[in-house]
Amino acid sequence: MDFIYQLINGLQVGSIYALVALGYTMVYGIAKLINFAHGDIIMVGAYIALLAVGSMNLNIWVALLVSVVFCVILGVLIERVAYKPLRNSSRMSALITAIGMSLFLENLFLLIFSSNKRPFPNSFSGVAFSIGDKPISFNTLLTITISLVLMFVLWFFVQKTKIGKAMRAVSEDTAAAQLMGININTTISVTFAIGSGLAAVASVFYSSTYPLVDPYMGVMLGLKAFIAAVLGGIGSIPGAILGGVIMGIAESLTKGYISSTLADAVVFGILILVLLFKPSGLLGKNVKEKV
Amino acid sequence: MSFKKGLAVVLACATATLAFAGCAQSSGNTIKIGGIAPLTGDVSVYGKAASNGAKLAIEEINAAGGVLGKKIDFIEQDEEGDPVKAVNAYNKLSSQKVVAIIGDVTSKPTISVAQKAAKDNMPMITATATAKDVTTYGKNMFRACFLDPYQGETMATYATQNLSAKNVAVLYDTSDDYSKGCAEAFKAKVEALGAKVVAYEGFGKGDTDFKAQLTKINQSTPDALFIPSYYNTIALIATQAKEVGIKATMLGTDGWDGVLGALDKSNLAVVEGAYFCNHYSTEDKSEVVQKFLTDYKKKYNEDPNAFAALGYDSAKILLAAIQKAGKTDKQAIIDALAASDYEGVTGHISYKGTGDPVKSVAIIKVVNGAYTLDSKITAQ
Repeated sequence: MDFIYQLINGLQVGSIYALVALGYTMVYGIAKLINFAHGDIIMVGAYIALLAVGSMNLNIWVALLVSVVFCVILGVLIERVAYKPLRNSSRMSALITAIGMSLFLENLFLLIFSSNKRPFPNSFSGVAFSIGDKPISFNTLLTITISLVLMFVLWFFVQKTKIGKAMRAVSEDTAAAQLMGININTTISVTFAIGSGLAAVASVFYSSTYPLVDPYMGVMLGLKAFIAAVLGGIGSIPGAILGGVIMGIAESLTKGYISSTLADAVVFGILILVLLFKPSGLLGKNVKEKV
Repeated sequence: MSFKKGLAVVLACATATLAFAGCAQSSGNTIKIGGIAPLTGDVSVYGKAASNGAKLAIEEINAAGGVLGKKIDFIEQDEEGDPVKAVNAYNKLSSQKVVAIIGDVTSKPTISVAQKAAKDNMPMITATATAKDVTTYGKNMFRACFLDPYQGETMATYATQNLSAKNVAVLYDTSDDYSKGCAEAFKAKVEALGAKVVAYEGFGKGDTDFKAQLTKINQSTPDALFIPSYYNTIALIATQAKEVGIKATMLGTDGWDGVLGALDKSNLAVVEGAYFCNHYSTEDKSEVVQKFLTDYKKKYNEDPNAFAALGYDSAKILLAAIQKAGKTDKQAIIDALAASDYEGVTGHISYKGTGDPVKSVAIIKVVNGAYTLDSKITAQ
């Protein structure tokens, strides 16, 4: 019984990792850029939701929507302003710009909201159902189911819609896709929009479980989600989901059965082992370099 | 050239010091007390509060006629939180012939000064240095605050006797000495008092997810859960404890002070009914606490924190000891300090053979989303 409960804990954290990892992996798949500012989009999303609920007294679902819209716009804007001008320069320049953007967002919010941690309201309270005599909270259930639904919608979108096909085409071969008449700019914007929207959803569920919001909250979460994306195979959507879930469950089981202080060591150990035997990640494509 | 200049400065200083020393001996109508505190630098928040508290106490006593018919001359030195500067400050005060010292504030510089002061047999009382070593260098060293392990022992006593808990669990920060010290003392005391520690779990610095540990703790169905940590971490742990369905009474230490500010008002229920110990409570209706609160606010225009209260008490204890000694002889003051029996803002303080106080601790309970004073107890 305890084991099932620990699995559910892991699944809850894992689905948040997965939602964030999707943003990293999609952007990498299409723009070949590791968007280090992605973790900070989560932080922005959390602050927006906090302001919407706290200062404007909006319902948490409306706040979630406000946060998603804001982050989508912010994500697209960041791409247009910071990454687009560098699209044809070296990958290193783009990477450094991404780190710069991350620092910019952190310090901007530090300036506006100070470094004091702000409490997030109790948003999804109550017990959904019980396993034995142990309750599963509404919050846990919502985090897992909404993440699953969003992942399914994303899969459907990428596989079945026209713009989804365009995204896959751009990720396979940008130049060829362009020659086939695909608008690269729109495709990349849509990718950033989806990634940032998912990050905003993740931020609200993350903050309702860990109810303190501060300008650096996205750093560790972003890093872990990035590792999840690498573990699953960066560029692969199912890989990001698998990587996130594996990390969440590995953390939870390590804390529950081995030692709480070893959780990070185990997660990074898994990453090292996977990369040793499958350098492109669990579900990553093995791209051969042409000489 | 520069060497000569330097020498000149040193000589000038030495002359000045001698001149001061001369003054000290000749003026017979004041008693000189030294103060060492970090008034600037990283830990100045603590230093200023402790110093303000001490100054308030000295002012009160001077207004009431002083000690042994003489006014107190409080000479304060800033040590910027630095052990070397603290020792320099001590040397300076010692050369000015102070009869006793109130200080230092944080543990590291206090230890440096204590080693020096022990050789001079200088009576010294620190308000807030909590490290165990502080009082081990000589009989001259006293403190007004309780130690970290003492908080664990107090909460263990409270849990087993006042709450009659039979099975208790502990969740602590493995990377933090304060948390670890409290947790270890709690565990030892609980077992000595005949209750069982059914879960002893740790977490790492900066962790935000505690559900795995809390699930494990919940599996052992404890009556009470002791979490010695700081308020931001407590806000996260308490929220998740409610989520996994922990019904045990939560217990904490003085790091909990501020937890209500770290929770949204819609989320205050997660710490409802929790108990933690603290140096004193502003809710305490006793006359000495209420008088201190009003006087401090009047003088400094802010609410006193625990450091200010301890600073106030340490000055009061020292001055009462000098009065009782009847003279400013060092050994007489030390003997009087050791026999202190003082009812202060931070509780009843006495010393039983060591410089560490046996004192009562305020137990604060969270009721209807506010701190209330539950009781004042002394660990056995």
